[in-house]
Amino acid sequence: MAKLKINGKLVDIDVDGSTPLLWVLREQLGLTGTKYSCGIGLCGACAVHINGEAVRSCLVPVSSLNASQEVVTIEGLSADNSHPLQQAWKELDVPQCGYCQPGMIMTAAALLNTHPNPSDADIDANVTNICRCGTFNRVRRGIHLAAQMNTKSSSKRGGA
Amino acid sequence: MMKKERINVSRREFLISSTSIGVGIGAGFSLGLFLPLSSRAAIAAETWDIRASTGVPEVNAWVVIEPDDTVIIRIARSEMGQGTLTGLAQMVAEELECDWSKVTTEYPTPGENLARDKVWRSFSTGGSQGIRGSHDYVRKGGAVARHMLIEAAAEKWKVPMAECQVANSVITHMPSGRTTTYGKVAAAAAELFPPEQVELKDPKNWVLIGKSVKRLDTDDKLNGKQVFGADLQLSGMLNAAIKACPVFGGTLKSFEATKVRKMPGVRAVVAVEDNAVAVVADTWWQAKTALDALPVIWDQGPNARMSSASIDQMLDEGLTSKDKVFVGNQNGDVKKALKGAVKTVEATYAYPYQNHATMEPMNATARWTKNRCEVWCPTQNGEAALQAAAEAAGLPITKCDVYKIHLGGGFGRRGAFHDFVTQAVAIAKQMPGIPIKLLWSREEDMTHGHYHPVTKCKLVGGLDDQGNLTGLHVRISGQSILASVRPQWLQNGVDMITFQGLLPDADHAISYTVPNLLVEHAMRNPPVPPGFWRGVNINQNAIYMECFLDELAHAAGKDPLAFRRKLMANHPKSLAVLNAVAKQAGWGKPAAKGVHRGLAVVKTFASYVAACAEVSVNDKGKLKIHRIVAATDPGHAVNPQQIEAQVEGSFVFGLSALLYGECTVRDGAIEQTNFHNYPSMLITEMPRVEVIVMPSGGFWGGIGEPAIAVAAPAVLNAIFAATGKRIRQFPLKNTDLRSA
Repeated sequence: MAKLKINGKLVDIDVDGSTPLLWVLREQLGLTGTKYSCGIGLCGACAVHINGEAVRSCLVPVSSLNASQEVVTIEGLSADNSHPLQQAWKELDVPQCGYCQPGMIMTAAALLNTHPNPSDADIDANVTNICRCGTFNRVRRGIHLAAQMNTKSSSKRGGA
Repeated sequence: MMKKERINVSRREFLISSTSIGVGIGAGFSLGLFLPLSSRAAIAAETWDIRASTGVPEVNAWVVIEPDDTVIIRIARSEMGQGTLTGLAQMVAEELECDWSKVTTEYPTPGENLARDKVWRSFSTGGSQGIRGSHDYVRKGGAVARHMLIEAAAEKWKVPMAECQVANSVITHMPSGRTTTYGKVAAAAAELFPPEQVELKDPKNWVLIGKSVKRLDTDDKLNGKQVFGADLQLSGMLNAAIKACPVFGGTLKSFEATKVRKMPGVRAVVAVEDNAVAVVADTWWQAKTALDALPVIWDQGPNARMSSASIDQMLDEGLTSKDKVFVGNQNGDVKKALKGAVKTVEATYAYPYQNHATMEPMNATARWTKNRCEVWCPTQNGEAALQAAAEAAGLPITKCDVYKIHLGGGFGRRGAFHDFVTQAVAIAKQMPGIPIKLLWSREEDMTHGHYHPVTKCKLVGGLDDQGNLTGLHVRISGQSILASVRPQWLQNGVDMITFQGLLPDADHAISYTVPNLLVEHAMRNPPVPPGFWRGVNINQNAIYMECFLDELAHAAGKDPLAFRRKLMANHPKSLAVLNAVAKQAGWGKPAAKGVHRGLAVVKTFASYVAACAEVSVNDKGKLKIHRIVAATDPGHAVNPQQIEAQVEGSFVFGLSALLYGECTVRDGAIEQTNFHNYPSMLITEMPRVEVIVMPSGGFWGGIGEPAIAVAAPAVLNAIFAATGKRIRQFPLKNTDLRSA
């Protein structure tokens, strides 16, 4: 039995400790926004945040987690598609098939946590997710647009 | 008035309200086809609901309008990222004259299509056909519904229809100024007979077609709500993981179920057809864990010694053989022309097997009882999925149905092949009444694909003393997709699709007039299953033709653009897209230091596309693709911003293939198992893409595939300009790009 904190809620999980977080999210908690694609940490479709950092949940055994760690999935990013990345993605019509997009957005959101105004090089270094439809150029524009939205809204609030 | 009281009853019997679609049927129309209400309720209680509509009768097959003016447009083709869902809805809405902000969509099922005499026509979503293959009848569907809605309003007001006009779902009686909305008259409209003839708008009057509206399917893709096949959850559902014999043509000999039967969650270990074994468990992770621990013995069958080298030999033989050689395009006397040439150029290219590698691995969910079989799956062709389900179920097709789910990528893998459906039903059949979700692992997906076929191509061209092309002999040797997948489409044994982009005319015509031309295919079919892979055969044929033309231009001492133009006098639309990219890229003007350019142009899927790539190669041989300018003329452009997205995406697909795409064969099996040995390009490798959408009107061309083909040859020709190296084997990861 493991106790985890997912999207701000404490949950009890009865599962073999070696089970990857990805499958706990998808099969125990019904949070299917986090996707399975490669299972070996290469594609990024399963990216979630653990304490604000993007982590590939297919490689994280649930036994390595405890309730003090904040796990955030795509379902917990915002209640109403209001995160700047979600708004930017909508504005630019970024997704095609959409399967990689939760991982893409969570990866980008973690990048914005550490780089509020990322350069193209920052994006190249941090967004290593695979997208077979080929949304990369709109992903890049979306990240820049979200960064701008963040800057605008924080200046409206009188700055950080 | 067109109301038909007398036959209204019989019409009502054959009208299917949108509630009764998928839920069983009222009024003496029980085909046993639709999901019974109880099952429907069970499903609706899940996260899964297949219907947007709440139960009002449809106006016609394409259009349902709710009392609150919500417009539900039915879409038969599948959405897999390519934007067809939105484009088709735009076309219906254009003629319907409805309020676009209130448009939503739903999929009818292939079972309903069968029961209604194929009222939605084809469900097949491949060959870049989504828009171009249905533009006329979906627009007609919208126009017919509009007519019926106006007629219903006119009848209500007791005024002539001709005095009524409509815009944005609001009908106005012009003389009196009275208004009503579609939602208010939809129920009455549903009682009317459709007009026999409707006139479609002149393209110059289109408002929505041609407009870059936003996609209709984005919101749920931003927050995890979009349910893909792999995400489906039904009550009482169990999960299956599967392993098929890794060797093509091999079979399952035995497995030791007792070794894993007691592992956590395991419910069953079952043989699937004659070549696979599956573990069924409470969760997929449990099923996969047990499957990995399951001892299995395979009978490797007749192909156990097959390797990339043995396949190579087959293809090499075909490059010069006279056996099983088919002609795809011929004019003049190429033999004579080459003999009389002042200079001849010869080169041999080779293109590898490639996997579709959709981000969402293959999957299907099936529930089987002796009376009914239902399948939920991402598919590019619901009708083919239904056929596969019925065959595997051993039930009449009328006792089966398929519920389509958006695809996490298709690229051709989920259209002609429903092996995953067959397997899911085969498992479900062994556990009657229980929904079984079968999900392939990435490893299973990589090793049991239907691969981009392997071909080689030997080209010989002749030049006269002025450097003009006088003859061209193109000999393709290799695998036919049709021979394996659609043998009934072979024409006297010839696979015409092999000649894509090299044919004399029509949708996949060669872009040049070559005085003496011979294009042949020596059909050589290794026992690796081939499939339609986004772009199909244009991807390699465009490399063969466009890179070799570059070689010829170089040998003739001519500029590659000028050399092409001279052959394109009879191909004005191809020339127009080529000129457009050359102009925008600045062809003929110096590029930035170290940056070099390459060109490519093709006609395929009835569209004209061209690209100019800018690349640099550093002294360590590292390639950087800086920019690609692309032009496309698809005739009519329904949603330009989505065309741009498709062109950009096509370049990711085409460049991933060029840089990394290779499946090799050893001991009868594919060696690549995951993205570590079958990489796909990343954002850091993505060039800037400038898309010129230049619809010239008068025809309908495809969008999802054509642009893939110009990415690789444009980049390869630019690499030659940068390094002096002609690369004729792919992918590039196997080649040292340092300057010659």
